[in-house]
Amino acid sequence: MIQALAFYLFAAVTVASGVMVISSRNPVHSVLFLILAFFNAAALFVLLGAEFLAMILIVVYVGAVAVLFLFVVMMLDINFVELRQGFARYLPIGAAIGLVLLAEIFLAVGAWTVIPVTADSSITPIPPMNEVTNTHALGALIYTHYVYLFQTAGLILLVAMIGAIVLTLRSRSDVKRQSVDEQNARRPEDVVEVVKVGRGGGV
Amino acid sequence: MTELLTEYLPILIFLMIAIGLAAVMVIASLIVGTQRPDSEKLSAYECGFEAFDDSRGQFDVRFYLVAILFIIFDLEVAFLFPWAISLGEVGAFGFWSMMVFLGVLTVGFIYEWNKGALEWE
Repeated sequence: MIQALAFYLFAAVTVASGVMVISSRNPVHSVLFLILAFFNAAALFVLLGAEFLAMILIVVYVGAVAVLFLFVVMMLDINFVELRQGFARYLPIGAAIGLVLLAEIFLAVGAWTVIPVTADSSITPIPPMNEVTNTHALGALIYTHYVYLFQTAGLILLVAMIGAIVLTLRSRSDVKRQSVDEQNARRPEDVVEVVKVGRGGGV
Repeated sequence: MTELLTEYLPILIFLMIAIGLAAVMVIASLIVGTQRPDSEKLSAYECGFEAFDDSRGQFDVRFYLVAILFIIFDLEVAFLFPWAISLGEVGAFGFWSMMVFLGVLTVGFIYEWNKGALEWE
């Protein structure tokens, strides 16, 4: 009873905040509604019994991805007055892209047949939830059974790291940086000079 | 209701109390307080001036780089959690599989360190 009520509450808030993400005028508000949607999706994961996914959703999506989106939104120079102009001009192409995406969703969902889960159909049986925790069950699978996918994930992260650096890092020559090697390589005899100064004379 | 969800019930109750309390405060101040707005009361007050421009300032692109590097290492740590508690079952293969994963990301870490992506200037 409580479970069903909680499900409808969280699902309704998720859908409502999803609508607000695409319909609110200020992109910063969109990001904040996206965060609300993430929190509610995490609650839905908990209701499904997927604790680990719920916590990772909060840590990674709310903690990092939403902050990244905020930075991107703040980085863009958006003029709201200009943004609202030309709505009618871009409407046909926007509607066409939307229709294509909708058709793709219908085709993909229509062609999807769910295989009934039997004891021997799944490669690795799902252990009962009260014996093995979620995180434990995942850990027993990811690093051995799905090792190639796991390593691929590592490579994708590497590519993302290098790509972000290549795209956004510019080296600025007008800024002085500390170079520890140069500092350590300096010897006193190279840079310090002892000068005898005679009486009445200057250096 | 399963045992797992029973453990989360206090959080749900806490959430309900928080939402209810916030709603009561907002609605009560709407009902009890005197509402007599006029154009002077509703106008922006910024030390006596009209607001000069939008409060949004443009951020530097370097914040984006910092955020994306943070996400990558955040995900790396997310992979470490299940590995840490199931290390006894996955054995030496699981251990070395994680070491290779960490090694790949360490290559990226050395790259970004040498490129100076971690320095703010």
